[in-house]
Amino acid sequence: MPRRKGAPEVNAGSMADIAFLLLIFFLVTTTIETDAGLDRMLPPMEPPEEDVVIKQKNIFTVNINKNGQLLVEDELMDLKGLRKAAMDFLENGADGTCNYCKGRKDPASSDNPSKAIISLKNDRETKYSTYITVQNELVGAYNDLRNREAQRIFGRSFVEMEGEYLDPKNKDLFTASQLEKLKDDVKRIQDMFPQKLSEAETTSN
Amino acid sequence: MAKFAKKKDGDLPAVSTASLPDIVFMLLFFFMTVTTMKDSSLLVENTLPNATEIKKLEKKDRVVYIYVGKPTQEYQKVFGTEPKIQLNDKFANVDEVGSYILAERAKKPQELQNVLTTALKVDKNANMGLIADIKQQLREVNALKVNYTTYEGNAFNNLQ
Repeated sequence: MPRRKGAPEVNAGSMADIAFLLLIFFLVTTTIETDAGLDRMLPPMEPPEEDVVIKQKNIFTVNINKNGQLLVEDELMDLKGLRKAAMDFLENGADGTCNYCKGRKDPASSDNPSKAIISLKNDRETKYSTYITVQNELVGAYNDLRNREAQRIFGRSFVEMEGEYLDPKNKDLFTASQLEKLKDDVKRIQDMFPQKLSEAETTSN
Repeated sequence: MAKFAKKKDGDLPAVSTASLPDIVFMLLFFFMTVTTMKDSSLLVENTLPNATEIKKLEKKDRVVYIYVGKPTQEYQKVFGTEPKIQLNDKFANVDEVGSYILAERAKKPQELQNVLTTALKVDKNANMGLIADIKQQLREVNALKVNYTTYEGNAFNNLQ
């Protein structure tokens, strides 16, 4: 039997299905880029009503000079050792009230984590990248300690818990009581090592 | 050989174009999903530093952006090579930051005005002096929540 037409018509009925399949694939795999960074709070303009007396031993001073060198507690220090030094200071627990601290209980260092303050000072000519690295290490010191405690109490890391709490998607996934519990747990860990990072005004010499 | 004899010579069969709309729609949807809306074009160099302890900036509607960095090549003739501040689409001085924040805050709905975050997108080669001035301005207008926007990566790579 001879054919009358040149080529048979290709059935295009399934094209829509293929298109939808691809569309759904890309929808699922692409994530719209979100920015991320270090969250910090600036101190308010008004000074506190009354002057609080803070013992020198409860302050951990970090100075960055214009060449990016670190002076920690009046000693020159490499950036790589900063996290460890900050952690040692935070969980020192000299007054013995902190039962979860694993520090050395050195009487010349901080009394307990809620009193320990890290003071960061930098020069006007310090490079921003150095400053971010130092900030990252100090925040990292807090996070490491909090992670350790969260691991001990709840069996998972603090960063994970906090991320779960802050993620807006979980508002729909979790029930109100679950969210409330998560919030309390996060708060509890935060209070164990409250973040007290003070930044003095920069010096210009 | 009657089976093969009927081939028309030189006459190409027409390709069906019935699926063309589908392909076009597919492409359209793809680009719709992957594109992000850019609010302002960058006038400054903006290589952010790396950090590991980062938090995501959720909810874009409560973020105010400030860019800092060296002007890009084409603006260097006019503005020099010292790091400058970019607010929206133009260069600004330090003392304009406060009023910019207030203006941006006024644009947001009432319930968001107190929960705004200022995202500082600062080039890694900028100096802290300028940042300190910006922070002072932010404190004056009570915009205390800041986020130093960074890339995710080993923080020690910043030092090289």
